[in-house]
Amino acid sequence: MAGAAITATGLTKWFGEGDARTLAVAGVSFEANFGEMLFLVGPSGSGKTTLLSMISGVLRPNEGRVVVAGLDVWSLDDNQRADFRLHKVGFVFQDYHLFPRLTTTENVAIPLILRRHAWSEAMAQARGELDVVGLASRAEIAPGKLSGGEQQRVAIARALITRPEILIFDEPTASLDGDTGKRIMSFVVEHVLNEHRCILIVSHDERIFSFADRVMRMEDGHVVATERGAHA
Amino acid sequence: MRGLLRIAYKLLTNERGKFIALLMGIAFAVFLMVMMRAVFSGILRQSAATVTNTGAKMWVMDPAVNNVLTSIPVPDYVLDAVRSTPGVRSAVPLYSGAGLVRLSDGTYQPATLIGLDDTTLLGRPKLVEGHIEDLFADDAVIVVRDGEYPKLNSPGIGTTFELNDRRAVVVGIAETPASGLFGLPTLYTTFNRATSYIPSPRFTISYVLVEPTGPAAVPGIQRAIADLGYLALTEKQFSDRIADFYKYKTGVGTNILIMMVISFVVGLSISAQTFYTFVLEHLERFGALKAIGAHSRDLVFMIVFQVGVSSFAGYGLGVGLCSLLIMIAKARLPSYVSIITFGNLLFALAATIVIAVVSSYLGIRRVLRIEPFEIFRA
Ligand SMILES: Nc1ncnc2c1ncn2[C@@H]1O[C@H](COP(=O)(O)OP(=O)(O)OP(=O)(O)O)[C@@H](O)[C@H]1O
Ligand SMILES: [Mg+2]
Repeated sequence: MAGAAITATGLTKWFGEGDARTLAVAGVSFEANFGEMLFLVGPSGSGKTTLLSMISGVLRPNEGRVVVAGLDVWSLDDNQRADFRLHKVGFVFQDYHLFPRLTTTENVAIPLILRRHAWSEAMAQARGELDVVGLASRAEIAPGKLSGGEQQRVAIARALITRPEILIFDEPTASLDGDTGKRIMSFVVEHVLNEHRCILIVSHDERIFSFADRVMRMEDGHVVATERGAHA
Repeated sequence: MRGLLRIAYKLLTNERGKFIALLMGIAFAVFLMVMMRAVFSGILRQSAATVTNTGAKMWVMDPAVNNVLTSIPVPDYVLDAVRSTPGVRSAVPLYSGAGLVRLSDGTYQPATLIGLDDTTLLGRPKLVEGHIEDLFADDAVIVVRDGEYPKLNSPGIGTTFELNDRRAVVVGIAETPASGLFGLPTLYTTFNRATSYIPSPRFTISYVLVEPTGPAAVPGIQRAIADLGYLALTEKQFSDRIADFYKYKTGVGTNILIMMVISFVVGLSISAQTFYTFVLEHLERFGALKAIGAHSRDLVFMIVFQVGVSSFAGYGLGVGLCSLLIMIAKARLPSYVSIITFGNLLFALAATIVIAVVSSYLGIRRVLRIEPFEIFRA
């Protein structure tokens, strides 16, 4: 099902007012399709995280609009937007944001718990998801006891458990060594990416650009170039 | 919903140190508040000990009386007037005053002296040793075995001492439901003998004890006595009057109230502060939940639940601690009196709920202000 997963038009965000005002994202427009893995690259402070946040419904743009999976994200009310995030979007945060006091399984089950699934059903499904990312044997362990790569996979399992149409990774490999980063990315390409899903990845890591379908380069809040990735 | 609360519970209790601090804050506040009032209830009960122990249905007294010990003598004609009041089945005099005991070793000990009507002995205590008829023998007194009993060197039957420079001999040992507030041992004797022990004032009757024909007769008696210029109170009214005296006319009540307010404020600040710190430390987690798609009301439920669990566990702990302490104190100190009343528990519960509401309000306000965007930029 190739088609527009994300349509952004003139997305603009600034912080502060007057002299202190910084323009973080300056009128960015682009389209991303289902079945596509899109990389967002650029120097620090170029606006990548800000852009990602506006697309995923966590940061309101000052101008412009974005339609994701058929929903005009910023015309929804707060509850609808929370549901949009819960049902359509999966997040893998840069430092994972796992709950250290919950077990790995409980961490993965959280989106289902928020969707009011029964506890035992959520746990069973979470264990299944952990199996997919190859961590079945670590199900009852606290995430703090896992290696960085393993934590990353737990975060991926948590993002995947709701079968989101849009998957967002912020610096997925920044804190991993080169080999682990590559292994994670191969896993994503083989098992996570499909024609019903669009994956958006923010990264500084040149070593993984080869996995991209397209690479969008940002500088000072503008998209300065869009290149076809090696994977396309 | 249950899953969400389960997550909230795990987040709360897995952080063991924080959770214990939170529990302790609330338990401590509850403990202090309940304890203060229990002590005060104990004081009030002790202050009305003579009324409780005598067990008369109605008491007639001078209108200026507000505490049993400082009775104001009533003229003899009042006794006759009360006896002829409609609705009065019987009326007897009671002497209540202080006596000075000189023990065999030569030391002095003040005591409460109660003189019971010579014919009826109305208001007599329960004897655990001796026979009540012996009270009619020469110089006979009965000693109450309570927390103050050792102050008379724990006399047995046959012990003699001097009471206001006259010989007294112990003919019985009694026990009473309540002991007095002032740390004085209590002696019982007959009305006539009691009045012979004291330097003779004009009037010797402290109170007239009244047995009405029935509850319906009480208001009529009270009106008739009021016309005489005296005050007739039921047992309950008299106890309440004494309690009110200590509550409102002495510094005791005010001080207890101040202590309770302080306990409440301390408990409130410890708990609200601890919980707010808990929320701040979990801000990132709440933010992540929000980013993943938790609704605001989900977060509110979680916080209210967390505060609720800590508050009620803390309340139980505080009340338990208080009961335990009172039990231990009672086992060790015979004259120790503290009473946990239902009103006391209810008041502490209300205070706990206020603490919980304030704590969760602060937490909720902070959590609702989290920008999940901050999570991305971490
Ligand atoms: N809450 C904020 N208040 C003020 N300025 C902000 C805020 N968030 C972001 N900015 C600014 O907006 C610009 C873009 O920030 P953003 O985090 O999107 O960059 P980035 O491309 O993700 O950088 P990095 O690669 O370092 O993560 C920066 O100049 C940043 O300082
Ligand atoms: Mg960034």
